[in-house]
Amino acid sequence: MRNQRSIFKNIDWVTISIYLALVFIGWISIYAAVYNEENSAIFDVSQRYGSQLIWMIFAFIIAFVILLLDGNFFTSFAIPIYGLLMLILVAVLLFGVTVNGATSWFEIGRVKIQPAEFAKFATVLALAKYLSMPNIRIKEFKTKVIATTIIAIPALLILMQNDTGSTLTYVAFIFLLYREGLSGNILFLGVLAILVFVLTLVFGATSMILFGFIIFLLLYAATKYDLKITVFTTLAIISFLIFNTYFEIKDSFIFFGITLILFSIFLFIFTNKKLKDKGSHYLGIFIFVVSCAYIYSIDFAFNKVLKEHQRTRITVLLGEEDQLIKQIKTLEFKMNEETFSQEQKLVIKTDLKTKKESLKELQQGNGWNIKQSLIAIGSGGFTGKGFLQGTQTKFNFVPEQSTDFIFCTIGEEWGFLGTSFVILLYMALFLRIIFIAEKQRSTFSRIYGYGVASILFIHFIVNIGMTIGLVPVIGIPLPFISYGGSSLWSFTILLFIFIKLDSERLFVLR
Amino acid sequence: MNNFTNRKYIIGAIFISIGLIFLIRLINIQLINNKYKLDSDSNVLRVITQYPARGLVYDRKGVLLVYNEAAYDLMLIPRQLKEIDTNAFCKLFELTKEEFIEKLTKIKNYSTYKPSVFEKELSTEAYANIQDQLYKFPGFFIETRTLRSYPNKNAAHLLGYIGEVTPGIIEKDNYYKSGDYIGKSGIELAYEDLLRGKRGVKKVMVDVHNREKGRYLNGTEDTLSISGKTLHTGIDIDLQTYGELLMQNKIGSIVAIEPSSGEILCLVSSPSYNPNMLVGREVRKNYPILSKDSLNPLFNRATMAQYPPGSIFKTIQALIAMQEGVITENTGFSCLKNLVGCHNHPSATDVASSIKMSCNPYYFQVFKKIIQQNKAKSIYKDSEIGLAEWSKRVKKFGFGGTLQTDIPGVKNGLVPGVEFYNKWYGEGRWAFSTIFSLSIGQGELGVIPIQMANLAAIIANKGFYYSPHIIKRVDEKATIPDMFKQKNYVGVDAKYFEPIIDGMHRVTSEAGGTARRAKIEGIEVCGKTGTAQNPHGEDHSVFIAFAPKDNPKIAIAVYVENAGFGGTWAAPIASLMMEKYLTDSISNKIKEQRILEANLMNVTPKK
Ligand SMILES: [Zn+2]
Repeated sequence: MRNQRSIFKNIDWVTISIYLALVFIGWISIYAAVYNEENSAIFDVSQRYGSQLIWMIFAFIIAFVILLLDGNFFTSFAIPIYGLLMLILVAVLLFGVTVNGATSWFEIGRVKIQPAEFAKFATVLALAKYLSMPNIRIKEFKTKVIATTIIAIPALLILMQNDTGSTLTYVAFIFLLYREGLSGNILFLGVLAILVFVLTLVFGATSMILFGFIIFLLLYAATKYDLKITVFTTLAIISFLIFNTYFEIKDSFIFFGITLILFSIFLFIFTNKKLKDKGSHYLGIFIFVVSCAYIYSIDFAFNKVLKEHQRTRITVLLGEEDQLIKQIKTLEFKMNEETFSQEQKLVIKTDLKTKKESLKELQQGNGWNIKQSLIAIGSGGFTGKGFLQGTQTKFNFVPEQSTDFIFCTIGEEWGFLGTSFVILLYMALFLRIIFIAEKQRSTFSRIYGYGVASILFIHFIVNIGMTIGLVPVIGIPLPFISYGGSSLWSFTILLFIFIKLDSERLFVLR
Repeated sequence: MNNFTNRKYIIGAIFISIGLIFLIRLINIQLINNKYKLDSDSNVLRVITQYPARGLVYDRKGVLLVYNEAAYDLMLIPRQLKEIDTNAFCKLFELTKEEFIEKLTKIKNYSTYKPSVFEKELSTEAYANIQDQLYKFPGFFIETRTLRSYPNKNAAHLLGYIGEVTPGIIEKDNYYKSGDYIGKSGIELAYEDLLRGKRGVKKVMVDVHNREKGRYLNGTEDTLSISGKTLHTGIDIDLQTYGELLMQNKIGSIVAIEPSSGEILCLVSSPSYNPNMLVGREVRKNYPILSKDSLNPLFNRATMAQYPPGSIFKTIQALIAMQEGVITENTGFSCLKNLVGCHNHPSATDVASSIKMSCNPYYFQVFKKIIQQNKAKSIYKDSEIGLAEWSKRVKKFGFGGTLQTDIPGVKNGLVPGVEFYNKWYGEGRWAFSTIFSLSIGQGELGVIPIQMANLAAIIANKGFYYSPHIIKRVDEKATIPDMFKQKNYVGVDAKYFEPIIDGMHRVTSEAGGTARRAKIEGIEVCGKTGTAQNPHGEDHSVFIAFAPKDNPKIAIAVYVENAGFGGTWAAPIASLMMEKYLTDSISNKIKEQRILEANLMNVTPKK
C-alpha cells in the first residue's frame, strides 16, 4: 500500500508550480484592478481581492483533498459525477438566479455558484471514461455519436441557460477527439474555415482570393522545384498588385472573373510543360474554385444575409468604426438631396437609423470595450506602468476588469514583460500537460489529460484573444487568474484530478 | 497503444502557434504601436486651463476704467449625459426642445467625451438660478471665465475690446489656443502682453465617469496662472467723458496731451459707442450693427482720419521760415488778395500778428521764401531743393508718419515731398506756383488729429515733444518704454517759438483774433484756428491750442467735420475742454450750452 508521503512524492511539481504562479498572478491582478486608496487592506473580504483569497484557500483545500483521494474514485465515479452535474444543470435552469441575462447561478446565502463551470471536468471525466472503454474506436459512427452526445448534453443545457460563452468552450473537445483518432481533415477544415472566415472579413474577399492564389502557386512551385514557375508566380503577384492598386476594382465579382481568367492562363502555361502529374492540376482548379465560392459566400452572407446588429458584432471585432461613420455621412448627405423621391428617402431613413444604432453599439457597447481593452494593454509598453499604477484599469475604463478583462490589468501594469510571461506560463502548462498525458499508460488518464489541456486552451485563446482584439467579445474567464470562486475551483478540480491520476501512473494501468 | 501518438505534435504545434500569434499581436500593440499610449493619456488626463485675470486699467487719477466680471459657461460632456427631464431643462435655460436637440447633436458630433460649451456666458443671476438645480442634469457643469467690463461708458476707442483669437493668430503665436481671448484694438491690443497675464494649467486624472481622481504626476506638471499687470494710464476719464459729451451730435475728434510728458489726456472720436456693447456674447449682436452704421462709430477718427490741417499749419511755416532765416519775427507782408484769398484785416507787420489774423497772402509769401531760395538757376530745380528741405523739417514735427505712439493703428498722414510731386506732375514740371496751397495747410497735406495735438504740444514746449502715449505706469512701478521718456527736438530754436506763442495768445485774447470764443476767464490761452477746405461738403472746423501760456499743462487739437470756420465750433470746444481740465469747472455756461445743443451731423453739403 502507498502512504501519503509517496502521493506527494510522485505528483508533478512543475505543473503545480505553474498553477500556483498563475493563481498568485491572478490574485495580485485582482487586487490591482479593484484597488483604491481608501480600501487598500489586502485581507478585506468586502473587496474582491479579499474574497478571492478565500476562494484560493478553499481551492487549495479542494486540491489537497483530491490528492488524498484514490485515483480509482474518479474512474469509477466518472459517469455518476457526470450524471449528477447534468441534473444540477437542469436544476439551475429551473431554480437558478439570473445574472446578466444568464440563468446559470445558484445562490447559497451570499455565495453564488455557477454549475456550468463544474460541468466541464465532469464532461472530461465522462468522455475519458467512455473513450477508454475497450474496443471503442472513434472511427466508428456509433462512437462518434455517443462522444458527441456526451459533449452536447452539457453544451445544450448551458446554451439554454443563455450562457453562450461557456457553451462555446465545448468546441475545445475537438482536440481531444482528434488525438484519439478523429480524422485530421475535420480538425483541419474546422480550423481553416474559421481562419478564412475571419481573414476574409478583415481583408475582404478579393484580397483573400489573391492571397489564396499566391499561396497555391507558391506551394505548387515549391512541390515541383521549378524555377520558371516560381518566376511566373512572382510575375503573377506583381501584376495582380499593380492591377489592384491601379484600377481599384470595387466590384469583387469582376475581380473574381479576372482572377479566374488570369489563373487559367498561368495554368495553361504549366500544363503545356507536359508535367507528368496532370491530375493535380484539376484538383488544384477544383480546390481553387471551391475556395473562391466559399470566400464570396462569406462576403455575400456578411453583407446581404446578416442582420445589421449581427453584422455589428463582427464589425466591432474588425474595427470598422470609421467605415460606418463614413456610410452614415453619405446617407445623411443623400437625405438632403432633392433628387430622391419620398419613398426612396424613407428607405434611406431606415437604413440611416439602423446604421446609427450600430455605431452607437460600436462606440458604447462591445466596440468601446475592445477599444478600452486595447488601450489599457497597449499603453503598458515594454515594462508596464508599475504595480497599482495602471490608470485605465484603476479608473474603470476597462470593463469587467477583474473577471473577463483581467489580462488588461496585467498588460497595463506589467507591460510586455508581464503579458509575455503569462502567455509563456500558459504555453508551458499546456505542453507540460500534453507531455505528461502522453506518458500515461492508462488510456483514461491520457484522454483526461488532453481534455484538461483542451478546456484550458480554449479559455486561454478566447479570453486573451478577446482582450487583444483578435476574437469577438465572449465572456469567459481566464483560467486560474480571473476573479470568481466557481471558475477557480472548477479549474483547480479539473487540473488536480489529472495531477492525481498522473501521480498513480507507475502503479496503475487503467 | 493506438496509432495516433504523433498527433501530439500537431496539437502541440497548434497550441504554440496560437501562443506565438498572441505574442506577435502583443509586440504590435505594446511595443510598436504608439497610438494606445496617447489614447490612454487622453482617456485619463484632463488639462484644466487656469485662466489668469486680465489686467485692470486705471486712469491718471486712479479711476478704474476696465475690470473683469465673472461669466459662467454651461459645459456638457455628452457621454455622461443620463436620462434627464428635458422639459425641465429647457424651461430652466429658456430653450425650445428643438434648440436643445440641435445644440446637443452639434456637440455630440464634435465629441462625446470631451467637454463642450453648451451655453455661453450665463449671467451671474442666471447662474445663481440654475446652480442648485444643475445636479439633476448629469453631464452638465459650469466653467467660470471672466469678461471685460467698463464702469464708464466712455473711451471705447482708447480702451479697445477683446475677442476670440482667430486661427491666423493661433498659427503665428503658439501661446494662444482656440477659444482664448485677445485684445483686438486700443489699449487691449497695445498692451496685450502685459494685460493677458500667463495661463496656468492643472492636470488631473479622471475616471471613466469623468470624476476627478487626483493630480496627474502629483501636480509636478501643473503651473499657476499669473494675473495680468495693472495698467495705469495718463487718461483723464472725466475729461474724456466731457469731451464725448461736447462732441455729441458732431463728427470729429478731440485729442489732448500733457506737453510736459506726452501723456494723452483724452482721445475722443465721435460718434463713439458704449464699450460694453462689445463684451462677450453681446459682440455677435452688436458688432454688425456698429460696423454697418453709416457714421462708422468703430472708426477711430482721432488716430485714423486724415484731414488737411488748414491754417493751423501756418505756425509751422513761420517757424521753419524763421529757422531757415528767410524771414525774421518782424517781417511783414501785405495782404495781397490777388495771390490767395483772405478776409478783411490790416496787413500783418510781423509774425505774431500774421498768426493772430491768420493772413493767407502772408503765408503765401513766407512759403515762397522757403521754397524758392535761389539755390538753383532753374525755378523748378530751386523749388525741388526748397521743398525737400521743407518736407524734411515738417516731418520732424511728427507729421507724415514719424510720430510714435502706443496706440495701435495710427495712420501716417501725408507730407508731400519732391518724389510725390515728381510722380504727380513729372520731374521738372512743377514749381512753387504749383504747390503754393501747402502754404496755408491745404493741398496734398494730410494730417491726423493726434498729430495736430502733438503740434500744439511742440509749440507749448517751445521746440520738442514726447511721443504721445497712453501708458503712465505698469503696476506700481514707473516703468514705461524709453521711447516715451525722451525729448524729440523738432530742429527749431526755442526763441522762434516766442512770436508764434505771442500770436496764438492774441488769437484768443485780442480784438481781431480769429478765436475769441476760445478765451477762458483767468487763463491765458494760446490757440490757432483752421478751416480745412472740404471738397465734399461744408469745411472742417479745426483748432489747436494749449494753456496756460506759461508752463502749459494741456495741449489740444479739436477737429469738427463739416462745421465751417474753426473759430466757431472747434475753438469753443477746445476752450471748454481746457478749462474743464485746468479748473475742473466751467465758467461760461452759455458757451457750454451752445456746444451741447449744437447738432452738426446733418449740415447740408455746400452746393
Ligand atoms: Zn490777409
